Amino acid sequence: MSKKRVVMDSAGIDRSLTRISYEILEKNKGVEDLVIIGIQKGGVFLAERIREKICRIEDTKVPMGKLDITLYRDDLLTSSKKPRMGKTDIPFSLDNKKVVLVDDVLFTGRTIRAAMDALIDFGRPKLIQLAVLIDRGHRELPIRADFVGKNLPSSLWEEVNVSVSTDKAKDEVVILENA
Amino acid sequence: MKLARKDILGIRDLAVEEINLILDTAESFIEVSTREIKKVPTLRGVTVMNLFYEPSTRTRTSFEIAAKRLSADTINISTATSSVVKGETFIDTAKNLEAMNPDIIVLRHSAAGAPHMLSRVVRQSVINAGDGAHEHPTQALLDMMTIREKKKRIAGLKVSIVGDIAHSRVARSNIYGLTKMGAKVTVGGPSTMMPRFIDRLGVEVHHHVDDAIRDADIIMMLRIQTERQDMSVFPSLREYANLFGLNRKRVALAKEDVIIMHPGPMNRGVEISPDVADGPYSVILDQVTNGVAVRMALLYLLSGGN
Amino acid sequence: MNLLIKGGRVVDPSQELDAKMDILVENGKISKIGKDLPAGGAKASRKAPAIQVLDAHNLLVLPGLVDMHTHLREPGYEYKETIETGSEAALAGGFTSIACMPNTDPINDNRSVTEFIIRQAVKCGLVNVYPVAAVSKGSEGKGLTEFGDLVEAGAVAFSDDGKPVMTGGLMRRALEYAGSFGVPIISHCEDATLSAGGLMNEGLTSTELGLPGIPSISEEVMVARDILIAGYTEAAVHIAHVSTAGSVDLIREAKKRGVRVTAETAPHYFCLSEEALTEFDTRLKMNPPLRSVGDVAAIKKGLWDGTLDAIATDHAPQSSIEKEVEFEYAANGIIGLETSLALSLRLVAEDVLTLPQLVEKMSLNPAKILRLNKGTLKPGADADITIVDPEKAWTVDVKKFRSKSRNSPFGGWQLKGKVIHTIVGGTVKYSNKE
Repeated sequence: MSKKRVVMDSAGIDRSLTRISYEILEKNKGVEDLVIIGIQKGGVFLAERIREKICRIEDTKVPMGKLDITLYRDDLLTSSKKPRMGKTDIPFSLDNKKVVLVDDVLFTGRTIRAAMDALIDFGRPKLIQLAVLIDRGHRELPIRADFVGKNLPSSLWEEVNVSVSTDKAKDEVVILENA
Repeated sequence: MKLARKDILGIRDLAVEEINLILDTAESFIEVSTREIKKVPTLRGVTVMNLFYEPSTRTRTSFEIAAKRLSADTINISTATSSVVKGETFIDTAKNLEAMNPDIIVLRHSAAGAPHMLSRVVRQSVINAGDGAHEHPTQALLDMMTIREKKKRIAGLKVSIVGDIAHSRVARSNIYGLTKMGAKVTVGGPSTMMPRFIDRLGVEVHHHVDDAIRDADIIMMLRIQTERQDMSVFPSLREYANLFGLNRKRVALAKEDVIIMHPGPMNRGVEISPDVADGPYSVILDQVTNGVAVRMALLYLLSGGN
Repeated sequence: MNLLIKGGRVVDPSQELDAKMDILVENGKISKIGKDLPAGGAKASRKAPAIQVLDAHNLLVLPGLVDMHTHLREPGYEYKETIETGSEAALAGGFTSIACMPNTDPINDNRSVTEFIIRQAVKCGLVNVYPVAAVSKGSEGKGLTEFGDLVEAGAVAFSDDGKPVMTGGLMRRALEYAGSFGVPIISHCEDATLSAGGLMNEGLTSTELGLPGIPSISEEVMVARDILIAGYTEAAVHIAHVSTAGSVDLIREAKKRGVRVTAETAPHYFCLSEEALTEFDTRLKMNPPLRSVGDVAAIKKGLWDGTLDAIATDHAPQSSIEKEVEFEYAANGIIGLETSLALSLRLVAEDVLTLPQLVEKMSLNPAKILRLNKGTLKPGADADITIVDPEKAWTVDVKKFRSKSRNSPFGGWQLKGKVIHTIVGGTVKYSNKE
């Protein structure tokens, strides 16, 4: 059995996302050419929250897309398990857009590498920024997040789980220690 | 998730969960084909060999596009059907191909069971792209995908398959698949085109097309093979078109929101009248689009992970 | 050298014998059969020839088995089988006499081929080989072959096996004409217009597999025809490889009416059914095809009640060129000489037949149908004897077959009953070394 420790509750998550939203606006000097792309699955919910906040702050609409990176993974042909594929839905061009990529946990960096490869197949963005709720370290690729909710140094045998769904009250970040 | 099998030889051996997995995966692949850059790097370094012993531009092209959109390398070998070419047996050919180390072999063959034989002698995955009158699993999968897309479900629907059931691999694969998925399948056609004991496969049998398609949610027309005329399976194309051809008047017997499918290529004016083929309820072109997605899904699900 | 077979269970239906007995063989003939025969014969003297004693305790001593339906492939298809390799296979399977079908190349439709076969068989010196000659020239179903000449050359029966005699007119003439020579016509019953293009039994399995079917009626229509013609002409017809319930019924009814009809089936028709074909295994492709479970039951019943007189092998060697191809293109046929006895012994285990009945169907009856002076252990008869260990369990290994071909679906089967010695004309021609 694994032990469970809550490291962020619903309110904490919301505060982090609010801050990230302001930081995104600050860094990009507003919403011009800004698009938000959530990585399936966890990143999509967070991307939606961030978009809502940005839209409320700026009183305008920001386009949002969903990206499934399964087909870009580098372990597909070596692993014996095939991840169940999610939907990719980017109903607009990324040419010359400022893309904010959103994911829940930044870990080895391999997902983000796959996501960037995928994005580039959709066009030539002006720039890509990365927003994550948790950065747990242990990078295997030279990748760094632009916006971080919480730095959470973790052990390799721990599992960091972000539960974010449509039901905001149940949001939480937990660490599972695999005994 | 992975298909816990090496080959896709027929729908008959697939479990409902496997069919669902394939269809779900295929739905995700639809999007790739709508992109400007219709290619993902997923199967880089994978070689797909299309081994076609029977001419079929449609299926071969569909597999080839599917493989290429996944960045796999494709090799197409089209051979005129022959039993023994210069003393080489089918097993010899198979062993030779195996030695070239493809990862997946897609086989179309006029002889039923050829893919089974191939799968027994090569270590590669084998996908049956149609074997004789036995099975055409990718066609049934794309048909099921199209039905699910248009009707949001398969269970409980009435599907009427009309034509030469005895000689149709499309009919067999669809009967296996659709009955597994909970559809009510009816087959219609002249008695000479009904194989013995077909009712034991869980289908309702009608020899008058009107009875077969009454209240159908889906009508699936099969291609009539004109050479069967010589074997006294039916007297003439004219009589067949009169008695079994799908026209507007007959379509009216089906449900109002009926969809009409055909595995192609169509004999316009024989099994299907042109106004029906081009009519609003025809989903024949959606079938073709979904065919690519289903084949991408299968290549994806069968590859890698030794 | 003379031979004394001691202490075996002698089962010889020709003299209604089933008892522990000794058999003395002298000069290639059975000379005595009795209890506790001394090793030198009654008049043992110093000058008596050397005698070989075979201990047959716990073994069955049977009249040499007779296979009335074999394909030896020579002349013409020596890459599949030769008279020599086929004879070797026969010995290993306990057969001392075999009748070989005429579908060689050239077809055995004339004296020179018949004589060639007999000459080759004599040269091999293994088993008794009896050629069956073609009914029609080239087995093309048109004109009759020279029955008189062929019988004189050594043909024991006539058949266009592999091909049916499609026209009733020719069959009538063949039956009438053969009658005058006292030889039977062996009929391969198949209405080729009904079986055209068929690859397996027409039934649920063929429907599932999308393989064109060979309906049971294609066999039965012709069995009915031949029975009617045989009845009308009062000639003897033998129905080869009966595979369907309908055929069994027709033959049963005809026998009741006194028609001179006899019939054989083969082990695969009571050991296997159509469902086995699900994997498109070409080793299971044969003609007639494996039938339904119901047919299998009817075949067993036909054996049980005597409707089916004989068990033949229909040993049909095919090489990998014919078999390692797509099911549709694969040639028909399975080899059977080396598995027939053990497979048939299952009928005894299943109480379908008694052991004497089985021996009757594998030795005495086929000899009778072909008018051969075989299938008996009566004193004076040729010393063709098969000694079998009925309890010996073995696994079929096609690689160990003496036949040149390997097309048996029984590889890997666990069977009981193995031939220990096969004696032809008083000489031990085969001994199991395992």
